[in-house]
Amino acid sequence: MLKQGNIPLFHISRRKALPWQLAWLIRGVAIVLALLVCAIITTQMTDYNPLQVYATMWNGAFGTTRKIWILGQDIAILLCISLAVTPAFKMRFWNIGAEGQVLAGGLACAACMICLGDTLPNALLIVCMAAASIAAGALWALIPAIFKAKWNTNETLFTLMMNYVATQLVAFFVIVWEVPKGAGKVGIINQATEAGWLPQIGSYKYLLNILIVALLTIGMYVYLNYTKQGYELSVVGESEHTARYVGIKVSRVILRTLLLSGAVCGVAGLLLVGGTDHTITTTIADGRGFTAVMVSWLAKFNPIGMIFASFLLVFLDRGASEISTNFGLNQSFGDILTGVILFFIIGSEFFITYQVQFRRSGKKEDDNV
Amino acid sequence: MFDFVSFIPRAVVQGIPLLFGATGETLTEKSGNLNLGIPGVMYVGAISGVIGAFFYEQSADGALHAFPAIAIPLLCCLLGSLLMGLIYCFLTVSLRANQNVTGLAMATFGVGFGNFFGGSLIRLTGSEVPSIALSATSAYFSKSLPFASDLGWFGTIFLSYGFMAYLAVVLALAASFLLRRTRTGLHLRAVGESPATADAAGISTTRYKYGATCVGSMIAGLGGLYYVMDYASGVWSNNAFGDRGWLAIALVIFTIWRPNVGVLASILFGGLYILYLYIPTGTNLAIKELYKMLPYIVTIIVLIIVSARNQKENQPPESLGLAYFREER
Repeated sequence: MLKQGNIPLFHISRRKALPWQLAWLIRGVAIVLALLVCAIITTQMTDYNPLQVYATMWNGAFGTTRKIWILGQDIAILLCISLAVTPAFKMRFWNIGAEGQVLAGGLACAACMICLGDTLPNALLIVCMAAASIAAGALWALIPAIFKAKWNTNETLFTLMMNYVATQLVAFFVIVWEVPKGAGKVGIINQATEAGWLPQIGSYKYLLNILIVALLTIGMYVYLNYTKQGYELSVVGESEHTARYVGIKVSRVILRTLLLSGAVCGVAGLLLVGGTDHTITTTIADGRGFTAVMVSWLAKFNPIGMIFASFLLVFLDRGASEISTNFGLNQSFGDILTGVILFFIIGSEFFITYQVQFRRSGKKEDDNV
Repeated sequence: MFDFVSFIPRAVVQGIPLLFGATGETLTEKSGNLNLGIPGVMYVGAISGVIGAFFYEQSADGALHAFPAIAIPLLCCLLGSLLMGLIYCFLTVSLRANQNVTGLAMATFGVGFGNFFGGSLIRLTGSEVPSIALSATSAYFSKSLPFASDLGWFGTIFLSYGFMAYLAVVLALAASFLLRRTRTGLHLRAVGESPATADAAGISTTRYKYGATCVGSMIAGLGGLYYVMDYASGVWSNNAFGDRGWLAIALVIFTIWRPNVGVLASILFGGLYILYLYIPTGTNLAIKELYKMLPYIVTIIVLIIVSARNQKENQPPESLGLAYFREER
């Protein structure tokens, strides 16, 4: 007979599939707990009471029509980049180079606008811009993919390095194109002619971007769930050996998926440079290449879930920015809150995947965080 | 003629933060944890030290003593980065979360934490200084040997640094010794290569992963502290630390997971980082931006060569980036 002391205090085992309602309940509890912690942190920094904290955040995100549009635009861009990295992640290819791929796409777009702006008719110019951005983004993702497929080169580190190569490349061209000379920035491209500016729908500056990303979301959902290629990449992700055994050419799937991943990042670059900013800087992606990784993972690679995940993160960011403006605090406040929320959600996944059984009690524990 | 006597010291002071970061990250990665949060950890280490020094300077009112002026920032820095290491370990080891996602979340959090407190410390404490300039504390950190300047070029190249620069070298060599020559190091490498095997041999994988990651984080945090207190003369400015954290991760790959190689490699990286200042490009400023690409390009090339040659002793730890759960195949 075993002595009591030999049985560990608790025992962890993998759960059978949890009903999705319960899984989302656990995530919901985690988010609520995280929001509480955020409120506590905020009240320490400011003299708000917790309710005022939430009211101010809400105001920062939805306060005026203009704020709502900016919120929509930010969600659209973040969602677009998250969609881009998702097929790669589903294949267990850790593409954390979205930052660089967006920059490459944006750079190609800006190049077309600057070099071809005066020579081509506007419609043709926009086609050129789109083609160039998509090609540049795809190329930037394809380079690590080639080496991954051939020599199994570590893609996490490779794509990470490609980000900085892209940043410096943009920095180089910013100085080549700077207007006026010595300003260190490109300024608004084709301000007089508006050549290569993506068309505006009505008076809504951001509507086109939002619509394009909405279409992309549906497209990506269908691609991942209802096409042969989408199935193939998830098989490669689950088990490379199985994929090889059933006759899937793994290296081809890797190259194809990364082409797609980079191409969608290129679209994000196009929307940023051609659609809204009409300029190019090294910070145009603004860390969203990394945030997208978390959005995609939080949503379990489901494009519909990503809408909510990107909404949550953008809402927090805009809300925290309102709080810091009101109190003369630093704008990085949002990053701290985002970090806290992410830690909680990341932690909550454990309670969805595993169950903790305590000694003797015999009954299953469903404690959330 | 290329001015080595002025180039090398500048390359060294650029390289030291990278060396701290890379030594810490190598230890961490050897346990199988790919901590992409190192940039965040270094920011937190730096700002924790700054906060400690800030309060000490405020309370001491000009009359600083050498020992607390060094010990307080150092301890605060170690504590701050230890907490970051613990968060990472708790999530990835105890809760088996995805390491890439956790690491990136830590990077966001840490950089935000640093910039937020760096930008708001004065506002929050309601003090009357215009900016965070800890020159008194910094003087203790950057004090070099008194006779260094009398020794000509030798003194400039080897002896003109603050004590933390030498600490970085010592830590790198010690980490190397630990990994290659001690039983603890052997166990640690076993945990990183094949946790299941290590577990079967009776090594506590959890303890080693926690230990290596937390110690690694503390070492990396010191890199941030060195940057603020020595390189930047105690002046905190937001985002000044830049992408050095990622460069430290690049350095780990470049040295093929060998901290002792890191001593020279970090100086090489530091040199590549500032090479653009020393290359005559005339009026063409754009080219300088391309030179800043060099450290990353070099890292990519090393990464490719290592994977193409596929030698066993030069590979990343086998289980790098994977959580270990005993009851799974």
